Amino acid sequence: MKVMLQHVAHARSGDKGNTSNISVIAYAEALYPILRDQLTAERFKAHYAGVVKGPVDRYEVAGLWALNFVAQDALGGGVSRSLCLDNYGKSLSARVLAFELEVPEALRGALRGMN
Amino acid sequence: MKSLIRIGAGSAWWGDRIEPARLNAERGDLDYLCFETMAEATISAAQVRARRDPTFPGYDTYLDDRMRAVLPACLKRGTRIISNQGWINPRGAAERIVHWLRECGAPKGMKVAAVDGSLITERVLELTDKILENGKLTSTLTESLVSAEVYQGAEPIVAALQQGAHIVVSGRVADPSIFMAPMMYEFDWDTLDHTRLGPGNGIGHLLECGAQVTGGYFADPGFKDVPEPWNLAFPIAEVSPDGSAVITKVAGSGGAVNLQTVKEQMLYEVHDPANYLTPDVVVDFTTARLEQIGPDRVRVTNLGGKPRTPTLKVSIGCIEGFIGEDMFFYAGPGALRRAQLAKKILEERFKIVGLQAEEYRVDFLGLNAIHGAMTPATAPEPYEIAVRVAARTRTREEAFKIGREVDGMAVSGVGMTGKRVPHQDRTREIIGVWSSLVPREKIVPSLTFYET
Repeated sequence: MKVMLQHVAHARSGDKGNTSNISVIAYAEALYPILRDQLTAERFKAHYAGVVKGPVDRYEVAGLWALNFVAQDALGGGVSRSLCLDNYGKSLSARVLAFELEVPEALRGALRGMN
Repeated sequence: MKSLIRIGAGSAWWGDRIEPARLNAERGDLDYLCFETMAEATISAAQVRARRDPTFPGYDTYLDDRMRAVLPACLKRGTRIISNQGWINPRGAAERIVHWLRECGAPKGMKVAAVDGSLITERVLELTDKILENGKLTSTLTESLVSAEVYQGAEPIVAALQQGAHIVVSGRVADPSIFMAPMMYEFDWDTLDHTRLGPGNGIGHLLECGAQVTGGYFADPGFKDVPEPWNLAFPIAEVSPDGSAVITKVAGSGGAVNLQTVKEQMLYEVHDPANYLTPDVVVDFTTARLEQIGPDRVRVTNLGGKPRTPTLKVSIGCIEGFIGEDMFFYAGPGALRRAQLAKKILEERFKIVGLQAEEYRVDFLGLNAIHGAMTPATAPEPYEIAVRVAARTRTREEAFKIGREVDGMAVSGVGMTGKRVPHQDRTREIIGVWSSLVPREKIVPSLTFYET
């Protein structure tokens, strides 16, 4: 079944200059391979098209069931230069919650917020 | 040697709440209470302010509030304080803290240490080569340079503790190092022992953002629920001599310490999780083991460390122009179509008045002001919209044109336009921050001691 990532994982964004890092952390260990296999750096960048303008690196942290995306040129020139109201990009992590994932029916019980 | 020390957070940034610091001081049974009060541009902004306002003392503007809140309990418990509230004037901050210690009845001879040596504005161009962000020479910043500071490590703080300081106040020190210094001092860790400093710095990283590990910047109703999110506590780490720790908080407070809050904070502002660069050590978070061992208690073990790099990071603050911004409002049926006409009017007006902007944007707050170009085309039309205009310009005069054109929308704009009272804060100066590296042996910290 297709579900939004928000049922599979939680996310937080942080800033350093003009670079935003967005961690995506599975709610359960069994859900981590779904993230790892489907949320590639390329798809992540496409999902953030228009805002993330530079390269995106992806780091796998299997022990935390997490992926860490580091997106360059993502904060409008940097926190102090940005014309965006959310100049730190604190809400950027919310965007990935809408990414669509294919999840096996058997894992339905591991998903969050499906009721 | 102690078998366990309790380190609590007192702040995660300048504007942070005061009352959780007081809670940690009064009920945290802390050996150390640590304050982190800076953002990337804090030092540069303080330099600009100090130039214009001779009465500005150059340290945390909430220093008095924070010290008054925590000193009575810290004195009673014997809790030592480590703080970067010194900004551009650590010695001034230390003297002020001595004042508050006396007010709180501290015994005679109690030592407060000021850590200097981070500010290298005069030397930065000779000490640095390339700008990390764009590869250009730092000498290209000569004209716009306001301030430059090195991110110091924990060593000078440890030295101050060894010399009997009860409170240590510094300028720029890497955030996790503030929290690791007490571990190095109490457990006698060598400055080059990366197997201890890695875990210690990793725990420092979990504490440096305060409530972000105890349920702040976390709640999402129905997905990540947090008890009493209006009553959050700042974290406490119970640290063992091997650098493992339990992250927890004062009982009875709101918030949560669980695997999810710890994981989110562990990766916060981290790039390569196997190589988190700090002045003291390179931390490896990928080996971490987390265990929920009780309510609001997460044990963190097996963090890794690698030898520190030969360089220290430098932040270079530059004056880079101005931002002008303002907003006005639409509501009800057709809010979006009126906002769209307003945007068109502004775009034409900017041509007529010859706005010289490096970049400008007109957002519809409620629809696309936060996620901008990522906003889905299918997003529903909101009931209310704020039209928010912002421009980046070379001069304040140009930036001011934004507010003046928004003023014009009041009687010369679109039907049913809501507006704010024209206000003076519609322009602000940009202090851009660039990074570079400096060989660590070029930086020599200095300590100054004050006594009650």
